[in-house]
Amino acid sequence: MHLTPDIGIWIGGLLTLGIFSFLYGDNPYYKFCEALFIGVSAGHWFVTLFWTVFVAKMIRNVEIGLNTFITQGFSAGMADYMHWSYIFGGILGFLMLLRLFPKIGWISRWSLAFVVGTTSGYYFITYLVSNGLRQIQRTILPLYVHGDFYTTIGNLIIIVGTFCGLTYFFFSKEHKGTFGGLARLGIWFLMITFGASFGYTVMSRMSLLIGRMDYIFGTWLGMLG
Amino acid sequence: MNMNKSFHYFLFSFFLSFFFVFFANSPASDFSNTSVQAPAPPLNMKAFDTPNDNGHSITITWELSPDDGAGKSNVISYEILRSDNPDSGFVVRRMVAAGVNTYEDGGVKEKKSEDYFPSHKNFYYRVRANAEKGSSLSDVSPPAYAYGQLFHTGRTVILVACVIFTVFTIMFIRKAKKGEELYIRPLAGIEAVDEAIGRATEMGKPILYILGLGTAADVATIASFTILARISKMTAEYRTPILVPCNDPIVMIVAQETVKAAYLDAGRPEMYKEDNIFYVTSMQFAYVAAVNGIMVRERPATNFYLGKFYAESLILAETGSVAGSIQISGTDEIAQIPFFVAATDYTLIGEELYAASAYLGKEPLLLGSLKAQDWGKALVMISLILGGLAASFHLDFFIKLFAVKL
Repeated sequence: MHLTPDIGIWIGGLLTLGIFSFLYGDNPYYKFCEALFIGVSAGHWFVTLFWTVFVAKMIRNVEIGLNTFITQGFSAGMADYMHWSYIFGGILGFLMLLRLFPKIGWISRWSLAFVVGTTSGYYFITYLVSNGLRQIQRTILPLYVHGDFYTTIGNLIIIVGTFCGLTYFFFSKEHKGTFGGLARLGIWFLMITFGASFGYTVMSRMSLLIGRMDYIFGTWLGMLG
Repeated sequence: MNMNKSFHYFLFSFFLSFFFVFFANSPASDFSNTSVQAPAPPLNMKAFDTPNDNGHSITITWELSPDDGAGKSNVISYEILRSDNPDSGFVVRRMVAAGVNTYEDGGVKEKKSEDYFPSHKNFYYRVRANAEKGSSLSDVSPPAYAYGQLFHTGRTVILVACVIFTVFTIMFIRKAKKGEELYIRPLAGIEAVDEAIGRATEMGKPILYILGLGTAADVATIASFTILARISKMTAEYRTPILVPCNDPIVMIVAQETVKAAYLDAGRPEMYKEDNIFYVTSMQFAYVAAVNGIMVRERPATNFYLGKFYAESLILAETGSVAGSIQISGTDEIAQIPFFVAATDYTLIGEELYAASAYLGKEPLLLGSLKAQDWGKALVMISLILGGLAASFHLDFFIKLFAVKL
């Protein structure tokens, strides 16, 4: 056993134990670690956003636009003027801050409407392509492949599974009779998929736990190797 | 005797040497010197604007040199040369490997960039076939200029899908607005909402509503807002407090607006407490630590996990289970659904979350879009069957109908 003299590792180890202590129950040690974690993360998030978004995106681009205007006036190209468009984001952000003033707080809804509306519109197309059209294209498979029994079985499982899964998610009809049977088969397919996914994810979580254990017993306490 | 034999060997060797020297220098042995010859030039040069782009790119095609592959002078590469004058000034743009017969000569639209490629300017191209020793130039291509297209033909299928879906949606919204009854099958998770809120009211404990880690524009989060509105209205009617810890500041603002409007709708605006819908932090596991703390300290009677969830799903659901809360979950994150199925009482699987918002809200807009989705699914199911049959008979055109070029 060889304890590390690194103070940073000691803090990391003690805080890890603090969070793990929640397994025993809520306690002052956990409350301290929780408060510290939340406070530090919120502060870190604020600083990161300030430098990577507010400064790096808005301030820098407006600065470029301003410099271009000072040096070239109206003779600059269209692309140079596009730097000014970042100020639009700044205005929307400013409008959000108006929530702090109850009388004019309603103006902040304009920013919300813009953000939610434009992003939803963008997602509509990307979802339609990735979750819709490409899935359909990849699921259109031959029902029978001559001389290849296993591929035929595999294709049939994919087609039947997808068809029955879609039947389960058909909300306009009650799950009764043949339709209900197909939907039940669909939920079987889903549950088998979820089971496999569960096992896979649990294994990846185990690797995270192993990483923490390695930190405590190896890096911090020096008990490994 | 031995001397005689040695003389015969000498004569044989002499004639053999003479034979090799003679034939080695004869014109018929050209194949040993093939590399010094230049390869035949590439043929049939074509240059045209690259389709489906914003301009700033020209595509060049050519027929491979007859010496590419099995000819006398095997080609090892092609060089693409460009000029704005057909007679001079050709400079190398790129080198491609043997066997390649197309190249997209493109650049950027920024004039100041070194990689600037002007649109609406004529360019001429030649291709040089290089062998180990020697090279040959093709003819000059006809002039070509780059220009942008307004319509991307590779995305036609997206347009068609959008139009079909929009027509369905408008059709069903109109029907719903006219008062036609649009049937939606009951969902177990949603049927349990009344019971869950009633339990919280009886126990005198709050309801915890988690919107997940999504942004305000994620489909799952938007669906969750609609459900939150409905649940908030019920909690206002039952005078049961609702806590909504948020991971994203914009989500928090939308949630505050949603709950406030629900309390107003229920006729109890005075009961609305803005502090109950609060921002915690945007960092995933710090947020989890905070919500876990709330669960074990406040002991909410009911926990709702509706929205977009990632690795925190199981941690939250397990803590809620230990705290003895009744739990209703729903997400469209496929990898997280198994954890919710295992650790919560009711789970809305994937699209059930979107359906739940329409089922609870009963608003024509939501009902219409849900019905349109169902019709869309019916079309997909038909396409799967027809596509399977078409693929079985090698009718590839059907699969190509769904091909998207981005």
